[in-house]
Amino acid sequence: MATEVGPTSVKAPASGGAPIHHAPKGVGEDNRIATQGRWAAWLLAPTIIALSVVIVYPIITAIVMSFQKDAGLDPATGLFTEGGPAGFSNYTNWIFQQCPAPGGGTVDCPPGTLGAQFWSATGTTFFFAAVTVALETVLGFWMAVIMARAFRGRSLVRAAVLVPWAIPTAVTAKLWLFIFAFEGIGNKLFNTAVLWTGSEWPARWAVIIADVWKTTPFMALLILAGLQMIPAEVYEAAKVDGASAWQRFRMITLPLVKPALMVAILFRTLDALRMFDLPYILTGGANNTTTLSILVINQIRQGFNAAAALSTITFFIIFIVAFIFVRFLGANVVEQTGAGKGKK
Amino acid sequence: MKTRNLLLPIATAGVLAMTLSACGGGGGGTTGGNDAASQGLDGRGPITYVQGKDNSNVVRPLIDKWNAAHPNEKVTFKEQTDQADQQHDDLVQHFQAKDPGYDVASVDVVWTAEFAAKGWLQPLKDKMALDTSAMIKPTVDAASYKGTLYAAPESSDGGILYYRKDLVPTPPKTWDEMMSMCSVAKSHNMGCYSGQFKKYEGLTVNASEAINSAGGAVLDENGKPNLLTAEAKAGMANLVKAYADGEIPKEAITFQEEESRQAFQDGKLLFLRNWPYVYNLATTEGSSKVKDVLGMTALPGKAGPGASSLGGHSAAVSVYSKNKATALDFLKFLTTEETQKFFATKGSLAPVLGSLYDDKELVAKLPYLPVLKTSIENAKPRPVTPFYPAVTKAIQENAYSAIKGEKTVDAALSDMQKSIESASAGQ
Amino acid sequence: MTAATELRAEQDRGRKAAQNREKWAHGRTYISAAVILFWCLAPAYWMVVTAFRDVGYTYDTSLLPTHVTLDNFKTAFDTSFGNHFGQALLNSLFIGTVVTLVSLVIGVFAAYALARLNFKGKYLVLGFILGASMFPGVALITPLFQLFTNIGWMGTYQALIIPNISFVLPLTVYTMTSFFREMPWELEESARVDGCTQGQAFRRVIMPLAAPAIFTTAILAFISSWNEFLIASQLSSDATQPVTVAIASFAGAQPNQIPYTAIMAAGTIVTIPLVILVLVFQRKIVAGLTAGAVK
Repeated sequence: MATEVGPTSVKAPASGGAPIHHAPKGVGEDNRIATQGRWAAWLLAPTIIALSVVIVYPIITAIVMSFQKDAGLDPATGLFTEGGPAGFSNYTNWIFQQCPAPGGGTVDCPPGTLGAQFWSATGTTFFFAAVTVALETVLGFWMAVIMARAFRGRSLVRAAVLVPWAIPTAVTAKLWLFIFAFEGIGNKLFNTAVLWTGSEWPARWAVIIADVWKTTPFMALLILAGLQMIPAEVYEAAKVDGASAWQRFRMITLPLVKPALMVAILFRTLDALRMFDLPYILTGGANNTTTLSILVINQIRQGFNAAAALSTITFFIIFIVAFIFVRFLGANVVEQTGAGKGKK
Repeated sequence: MKTRNLLLPIATAGVLAMTLSACGGGGGGTTGGNDAASQGLDGRGPITYVQGKDNSNVVRPLIDKWNAAHPNEKVTFKEQTDQADQQHDDLVQHFQAKDPGYDVASVDVVWTAEFAAKGWLQPLKDKMALDTSAMIKPTVDAASYKGTLYAAPESSDGGILYYRKDLVPTPPKTWDEMMSMCSVAKSHNMGCYSGQFKKYEGLTVNASEAINSAGGAVLDENGKPNLLTAEAKAGMANLVKAYADGEIPKEAITFQEEESRQAFQDGKLLFLRNWPYVYNLATTEGSSKVKDVLGMTALPGKAGPGASSLGGHSAAVSVYSKNKATALDFLKFLTTEETQKFFATKGSLAPVLGSLYDDKELVAKLPYLPVLKTSIENAKPRPVTPFYPAVTKAIQENAYSAIKGEKTVDAALSDMQKSIESASAGQ
Repeated sequence: MTAATELRAEQDRGRKAAQNREKWAHGRTYISAAVILFWCLAPAYWMVVTAFRDVGYTYDTSLLPTHVTLDNFKTAFDTSFGNHFGQALLNSLFIGTVVTLVSLVIGVFAAYALARLNFKGKYLVLGFILGASMFPGVALITPLFQLFTNIGWMGTYQALIIPNISFVLPLTVYTMTSFFREMPWELEESARVDGCTQGQAFRRVIMPLAAPAIFTTAILAFISSWNEFLIASQLSSDATQPVTVAIASFAGAQPNQIPYTAIMAAGTIVTIPLVILVLVFQRKIVAGLTAGAVK
C-alpha cells in the first residue's frame, strides 16, 4: 500500500505555501497573513497551553533527570546518596547495553539486567507496532466499509464494534489472560493445549490478538467517519461511468478516505509503539514480549534517571518513526488534502 | 520543499526541548532527609495509615476501635489498590514528595530494605524502639536493614505444601522423597508438583525457595550475591530437572497463584506449593474436587523442612510524619496479641506472634496454623537488599530460562550472579 | 426494429445481472456483518458469562452460563468493603464529559486555525502537537505527581481532567484538521454572500457537514478518557477515582485470589451503558445535525 500512496502524496502543491487559501495574492497578502496569524495564535493557545503543562513540562523534567546519575549506595551507611551529573552515560549505557561493573567502570550487561534487553525490546516494540497496525488497518477498513453500507442491523454492528474498545484496558487484559489461560476457554474452544503465555510465538500472538481486538474499532470509526463524508453522488457517477467495484475503491474511496486513514494509522502507530498494559499483564514481558514501555516502568522501579534517559530515547525513536511516516507515507494531513483540493 | 517544511518544526521542537532543559530545575533526587528522622518524634495528633486494598475488611473496624480510644489522635485509613506494584509506586511517589500525609504505611517485606536505604523509613530505635521479643524471628529480620529495625512486623505469610491425602498417605519431608512419589501421580494421570513459574514475582519466591531449601542462598550476610555454590546449583537443578522430566507439568510456566490453585482443585496435581489462602478456597469452593482429601505439610527441603520464602507486610513510620509518637503507639497497637488474633480470625492473616500459632481456638478455625508455623520459622526472607527490584528481575529472567531449558543451570546462576553484582555496583 | 429489440433484451439482461450482483453483494454484506459481530462480541460474551458465574466456578469452561448468580454485581456495588464503584462510575462519567467537551471545543478552535488560516509556524505547531503523543505515558507520572502536589491539586478532579485533555488533544486536533480540510468551504462563502456572519456560516453550514467527524472524535475522546488508568491510579483520591481505578482495587475475599468474576461484572457494568449512551447520542445528535445540512 505504501508504494501506491507514496507517489500521490509527494505531489507537492504547486502554489507552495498555502494551497487552499483562496485569497487573492498580491498587495494585501502580508497584512492578511499577519491578521490571520493573530487569530491563529488565539485559537491555538488553549491547545498549546494544555499540552505544555501536561506533556512538555514532564518531558523537560525527564530530559534534565536523564543527565543525572542514579543514586548509589554508600557502603558505610547503607543509605542511598545522590548520583551527581552523568553526562551522556545514561544514554550510552542503554544504547551499548553497558552495565556498571562491580569494581567500577562498565561491562556488557549480563542477561537478567534490564540493560541487556534494550535492543530486543526495541525490536519487539517495532514488531508489535508493525503487525498490529497492519492488521488493524486492514480489518478496520473492512469493518468501516461494511458499516457504511445501508442494511438492516447496521446499528447493531456499529454498537458491537464499539464494545471491545469501550471495555477498560484493565479489564481487557485480565479478560484475555483469562481466555488464554492453559485451562481457559481459548484452548478449550479450539481443543488445543497451547501454552499461550509460555512460549515465544504463541505469547506474541496472544498480545497481537488482544491488541487487534481491542483497538481495531478505533481505526474502523475514524475510517467510517471519512467514508461518510464522501457524497454518494460521486459513487453514482462512477457507476454510471462503468467503474468496477475495485476501480471505485481505488479511484474514489481510497484517495478520499486517505486523510482520515492516515491520521488513524499515524496515531495508532504512535500508540502501538508505546504499548504497555497488554504484554505486561499477559506475559509479564516473558518470551520476548518486553516492549520499551515495559522496560521503562521496570527501570523506574530501579532508578529514575536511567528510566528518564530510556523515556527520552523512546521519545526519539518514536519521533524518527513519525518523521519517516510523514516523509514517505505522506501522512501530512494538511498538505495532503490541500493537494487533493487543488486537483478539483 | 513540502517535507522540509514539515520536518523542520518537529526537529525544532525536539531541539527546543533539549535546550530548554538546561534551564530547568534539578530533577529527581531520590535520597531522603536524615534530618527528618530526628523530627516530630514527640508529635501527637491525627495520622494516616496507608495500606493496599483491605481484602477482608479487617482494618476499618480496627481503626474504629483505635479512634474510639484516641479521640485526639485519630487514624485515617488511606486504601491503595489491590496490586502490589501500584502500592509500591504509590508509596515511592509520596515519599519522594516528602508527603507528611503518609504517616504509617504498610510495607511489603521485600520493600523494607529499599525504602530504608532511601531514608524514607523512621528507624525504630531509641525513642522509637519497639519490643519484638514475642515475634517470630524471620519476620523481624525481614523488617530490618543493616541490623536496625525499620518497621513493625504486621502480618506474615509462608509457603505450604498441599497434597492429596487420598493418594499420598504420608507426606514427603524432602524434595527427593516427593519426587519419588511422582509415580503415584503418573498412575493417576495427573501432574506431580507445581508452584508458580510464570515470569513474575512468584517465580522469585519459588526459585529462592528451591535454592534456600537446598541449603544455598541468593545473597550472603553482607548482601552480596552468593549463587555460585554447589547448594544453589542443586536447588535450581531440582526445579529444572523436575520440569524437564515432566514431574512439573509443562503448563506450570504459565501459572501464577490462582492458576496453580485451580489445577490442584481440579485434581490435576498431586502436590502444590502455595500460600495459606488456598486452604479456605479449596475446602469450600463448589468446583473443588479436593475438598475432603486436602493435606498440608511443610515445604520439602534437603533433609527436613524446606525454607519457605517469607511473605507478609510490616508497618513503617514515614520519616516525614509529624506525629511520630502517635504513629509508634499505633504500630504497637497493630502488634498486640488482640489485634493479631483479630487479623487471623477475620482476615486469615498469619500472625507474627509465635504464641498465637498454638492458640487452640485459632487452630480450630485455621487448621493450617501448625504447618504454617513450621514454614515461617524455617522461612528465609526473600533477598533483603535495597536493590530488590533489580535482584528480583535478575532471578526471574534467568530462572525462567533455566526452567524452560534455554540455558544450563550453571549459566543461569552465573548470569544471576553477574546481574545482581552489576545492580548493586551502582554507578 | 430488430436493433431496438436487441438493445432492450440486452438492457434486460444487464438489469438482471445487476440485480443478481446486488443480491449477492447484499448477501456478502450480511456475512461480513456476522463475522464482525462474532469477532467483536465473542470475547465480550465470555466476559458477561463469567460475570454471572459463581466465584467458586470461575474456571468453568462451559460455553453457556452455568452456576448463574448476581453476587458479582452485588459485590461490585457493595460499599461496606470500601468499594466506591457507584461513585466511581459517576466520576468517570463526569470526567469523560468534561474532557470530551473541552477537548472538542479547543480542538475545533485549533483545527480551524490549522486548516483555514494562513500563518507562519504552522508546521512547528503541528509538529509540537504530534510530538506530545510520543513520550511514554508511564514517564509522565512522576513529574505530574510532583507538580500537582506542589500546587495542592492532588486528588482533585482537575488533576485528572487536565492530563486527559492533553492526551486526547493531539488526536482531536489532527482528526478535525484533516476533516476541515476536506470541507467544501465554498459553501461557507456562499452562505456569507446570503447574509450569514462568519460564525453563523460556520455553525449552520460547516458544523452539520462535519458532524460525523466531530461525533467520531467525541466518541474517541470520551472512551479514551473513560479508559485512562495510569495517571488516575496515582493522582486520584477515594472521592474522585474513576472506574478503571475502582476495578483495579477489586480484591478477592482471600489475599492472592484474583476475583475474575467480580472484575468481569465490573467490566460488564462499565461497558453496556457506554455503548447504549453512544448509540443514543449517535441517533439523536448526528441525525439532528445532518438533517439540517445543506445537501
